[in-house]
Amino acid sequence: MENLSFTLKAPAAAGGARPRAIVGVVASGNLEVLAERISPAGACTVEIATSAHGFGAVWQAVVTDFVARRAAGGLRLSINDGGARPDTVALRLAQAVRLIEEPGA
Amino acid sequence: MSEATQSVASSSWFEASARQRVAALADPGSFVEIIGPEQREISPHLAIFDLPVQFDDGMIIGRAVLGGRPVLVAAQEGRFMGGAFGEVHGAKLTGLLRAATEHHLDVVILFDTGGVRLQEANAGELAIGEIMRALVEARLAGAKVIGLIGGRAGCYGGGGLLAGCCSTLIVSEQGRISVSGPEVIETNKGVEEFDSRDRALVWRTMGGKHRYLIGGADAFVDDEAGAFRQAALAALDRPSRFGLEVLQAEQRRLERRLERFGGARDGTDVWTALGVAEPAGIPDLGTDEFLRRAAGKRETADDAR
Repeated sequence: MENLSFTLKAPAAAGGARPRAIVGVVASGNLEVLAERISPAGACTVEIATSAHGFGAVWQAVVTDFVARRAAGGLRLSINDGGARPDTVALRLAQAVRLIEEPGA
Repeated sequence: MSEATQSVASSSWFEASARQRVAALADPGSFVEIIGPEQREISPHLAIFDLPVQFDDGMIIGRAVLGGRPVLVAAQEGRFMGGAFGEVHGAKLTGLLRAATEHHLDVVILFDTGGVRLQEANAGELAIGEIMRALVEARLAGAKVIGLIGGRAGCYGGGGLLAGCCSTLIVSEQGRISVSGPEVIETNKGVEEFDSRDRALVWRTMGGKHRYLIGGADAFVDDEAGAFRQAALAALDRPSRFGLEVLQAEQRRLERRLERFGGARDGTDVWTALGVAEPAGIPDLGTDEFLRRAAGKRETADDAR
């Protein structure tokens, strides 16, 4: 397993009030994203455990793009990855931020 | 927590994730998870094999309301490690069943498992034993334990044993129930004994229709969350019975079954012996027609569960 960690400045704060949200499952070519509203406002931390080694630069690109485009400020995103492609990662990240914005617990 | 998705009210049980199934089964918004993913109670074994973990270890447990009644719910995620039982995965279900005994609550288990996780086999086998004991104690305390089977991984290995301990089993056509899976049988006994790639054979032997016809499952439903929910509500309305007489009745039922069908070489032989009309056409039937043909012919386990 390879562990990666990024802390990024997030221009937009995550919406809604849910404390956390989880999307996806850990399987071949898939991943889970656990979003928790516990980072300082204006920051987004992303912690990744991936079974595919040597893709740090790709992760950095996907995560940086995600934080720039989506409202992810104040979130810690924890990822368990089973070797998902970048587009799948981007989709799961978007789903996680979308879900934590939803009303309810 | 629930997964970000479209409405799941009328979605396929087979295709849904464990979290989607729980959300669709329970009364809206009623599920409260216990030991959720944010607690990160992950497998202590998978890292040794350099394998990725899942924050809930593929087992989602909690309390919910089902048709206005408080129940406990457990759901296996069949896509993570094939829904297999490891140390944490199993301990969560053991704890839930012990809570059922203590708080006199019925339990609904959404099985989706290939059996014990090979990477933590000793812990997984022990977990099956502990779950079985906790399940039987919950039933002795008067709880109903209802198993729902219609997921991708089926219900195999130790999961098949646990299913056999439940008070009611609800299955869809896609659901499979057995102990040894098709590949295991073929590996040990040869392809002449069982061709695991023959999907029609697999379903005639272990699939939902066959299990329903031989009394291995008590209700047969469409591959649809609402259908599973309705059947679970009906199962909660049945009286809960468990004790020596029930076990003896079950033993007699299984002996009768072996006597009646022991010589059968295929599922269709069993269906022929049951007197089901046009047995060869059974796999192609829709739910309504299948239930009509099964009525009055199928074996039931009513005295034994």
